[in-house]
Amino acid sequence: MTAVQNYPFALIMLFLASGVICFVLSGRIAKWYCLVLCGVGTVMMAMTLRYVLAAGESYVYLMGHFPSPWGNELRIGPFEALMAALFCAIALFSIMGGMEHILEDCEERKVNLYFASFCLLMSSMLALIFTNDLFTAYVFIEINTITACALVMLNYRNGGALIATTRYLIMSLLGSGLFLIAVILLYDLTGHLLMEPLGAAVETLRMTGGYLFPLTVIVGLLSVGLGIKSAIFPFHTWLPDAHANATSASSALLSGLVLKAYVILLIKLIYRVMSMESHAVSFAADMLFVFGVLAMIIGSVLAMGEQDLKRMLAYSSVAQVGYIYAGIGLGTTAGMIAAGTQIVTHAITKPMLFCAAGGFMGVSGGSRRISDLRGAAWRDPLSGVAFFVGALSMIGIPLFGGFATKLQLTLASIALPGWKAWLSIAAIVLSTVLNAIYYLKTTAALYSKDGTSPYDELRVTYRTLYRALYVIAILAFIILNIWQGIGSGTFTGIIREGLSLLG
Amino acid sequence: MASYRLFRRFANWVEGEEVYPIPEIEKNGSSVREHPITEDMARVRSSDEGVGTLLRRWMDSPQGVAAFRRVYTVTAALLCAAIVTLLLVTVSYLPRFGAPDNPANNEVPRRYIEQGLSETGAINVVAGMILDYRAFDTLGESNVLFAATVAVLILLRDDGEGKKKKRAIPELKQEPERERPDPILRASAAVVGPFALLYGVYVILNGHLSAGGGFSGGAILGAALMLLSAAFGQEKLERVFTARRCKALTFLALMCYALLKSWSFYTGANHLPSGIPLGTPGSILSGGLILPLNICVGLVVGCTMYSFYACFRSGGMRDGT
Repeated sequence: MTAVQNYPFALIMLFLASGVICFVLSGRIAKWYCLVLCGVGTVMMAMTLRYVLAAGESYVYLMGHFPSPWGNELRIGPFEALMAALFCAIALFSIMGGMEHILEDCEERKVNLYFASFCLLMSSMLALIFTNDLFTAYVFIEINTITACALVMLNYRNGGALIATTRYLIMSLLGSGLFLIAVILLYDLTGHLLMEPLGAAVETLRMTGGYLFPLTVIVGLLSVGLGIKSAIFPFHTWLPDAHANATSASSALLSGLVLKAYVILLIKLIYRVMSMESHAVSFAADMLFVFGVLAMIIGSVLAMGEQDLKRMLAYSSVAQVGYIYAGIGLGTTAGMIAAGTQIVTHAITKPMLFCAAGGFMGVSGGSRRISDLRGAAWRDPLSGVAFFVGALSMIGIPLFGGFATKLQLTLASIALPGWKAWLSIAAIVLSTVLNAIYYLKTTAALYSKDGTSPYDELRVTYRTLYRALYVIAILAFIILNIWQGIGSGTFTGIIREGLSLLG
Repeated sequence: MASYRLFRRFANWVEGEEVYPIPEIEKNGSSVREHPITEDMARVRSSDEGVGTLLRRWMDSPQGVAAFRRVYTVTAALLCAAIVTLLLVTVSYLPRFGAPDNPANNEVPRRYIEQGLSETGAINVVAGMILDYRAFDTLGESNVLFAATVAVLILLRDDGEGKKKKRAIPELKQEPERERPDPILRASAAVVGPFALLYGVYVILNGHLSAGGGFSGGAILGAALMLLSAAFGQEKLERVFTARRCKALTFLALMCYALLKSWSFYTGANHLPSGIPLGTPGSILSGGLILPLNICVGLVVGCTMYSFYACFRSGGMRDGT
């Protein structure tokens, strides 16, 4: 086994241990430590990705001395490695982009606790991406739930954050609970927790026709449980408050990464436990598809009615997660590729928008109301550019990331006979129009200098160091976005190869 | 005419006019939405007449709110009943509990039970399972406790410096009942406390030999500390058990766990010998890594429980000197 193959395991352990280390460090050191760690993580995961792409196959990493049905395992393929590399990079840029606000929003002596939660969150998301074991997944879902709530809660001097956290915690625990029940039922029927033997046992059950009813319930519980945690449409109600009230780096992490970690787990479960053939014809796929399509439209409509910039972005996340689920719900490989592309697109766009929102709030006295933010893009030009690029990407203008998703999803829908194709294309068109309306309107408001904002004459002096971090982060996000738009073949090709190796 | 009005409203909205102005309180105060109704009432005031307006006005009236509450309660009850029924029906389809030919009785538990002793060196099969076969899960589990500690500290830790202006829960008074000694509690704690501590240590150290282990022993330790603290006051306990030491213990325990297990994962995945002797089954120094891991888990659990208690009681432990 070469050294590169150890990296995923090493990175998970490194982040876990770093959570404990940040707990005893002072906030001043912890923030630099985390930035370096994310940078190292990105490089490590990029090397792993290069290794698995060159090898052309995925591999299994034993967590201990005992093989498959007895011990824990990680599984590393191109899909997982790409997502892990992306997650590390996005986390790095989100923290860089929101650093100034973290230090403003947290009490000084609790900054290290913020970074401790952040490290644990990263570790749990990497474990969810790489794990090959359902119970490990559950344990790390628990860590993810607690630390994600902690990241929202840290902003508690803004009173809304506590209410939002409570609601988030309750909904999130409901999701974990459903997932746990599904894992227990599955273990009772098969006696396995690792994905390979589990998939084989489920396949046998399907052949013999035994336990059909419990199996259906399990698939439903898994989908709904993970769906609640990634804010699929009728269960999205916790999301706007949680994402809007957190500090901007937390909003970026929660919308860009935390929602996606569960979707990635669901995709792995579909490929490795339920099998694509049965997913294509299952009731769960239709359900996810309908929810996804509804989310695409209703999320956008709700975003249109918002006068709070961060809540608008949060509702837009609901709509964008809808695209992912619509892709999964199509039930074809092309649909899955579209879903994977959308995971990448949204992960590189929404954190940028939230960082830009943080920038606007900084020059508008901390207000999130769009009427107060009028002209903010002139007061903070870089955030203005970032928001504009993000808006174009979310609308799906060619040359920007969002176009890649819409193209893939449309292609996947056209290839499909029946009602799903029409519904999906209609939803894409309608959602694009709605996105264009509210994103362009907001961009126009941000750029309109009509003297109605009370903050027009406000001049903010930045701390050079944090401003430099912010500039680097925003530039990196913009480059990633345009790369995804122009050379979308890169990511989509890796996702295609990764998904074919998953099955 | 109606369509023109609709278009005007849309055009105004695009222009950036607020269709539903939000009352002054929310503009000036914090962004807390204290009462969603206030905003909705403002909506009614500003928008023009129409079916939607009438509906909204009814929804915001006391009768409307009451009706909504009733509908909400009934729907919630019905949904819960439906889910409970669904899960109960599912359970009725499951294999009979405890039957020998259940799918769960396959080669996995067979190896745990038959070869557990020789492969892990632990007489307690459960300890062998959670700390050797599936140690990664348990590592995650102890980090769940740590994550919870961090979250509780974020919310409740009172740093003293921020006491005047930025307390999360301002009305929380410090150590409200310190001056009321309870003779019964003190007398019984004086007898039970030391034995409980000793028993906790025993359960942790014998985790690989008999029922128990880090989680249960740590819970006993934490409970004993809470009892002592309740009986003799937190200051007494803080002579030996300060926030700094608690932090150091948690740090050391979790780092030890991570390092020891990293070594064992690394050697396992690379098919190297781990070089950790399993010892003679039955003696206290046996079972490879299980004994040190149990100690780590026990310390983490004990410290977590006690610091929760201290946080909820008085905003955390003092740093000490």
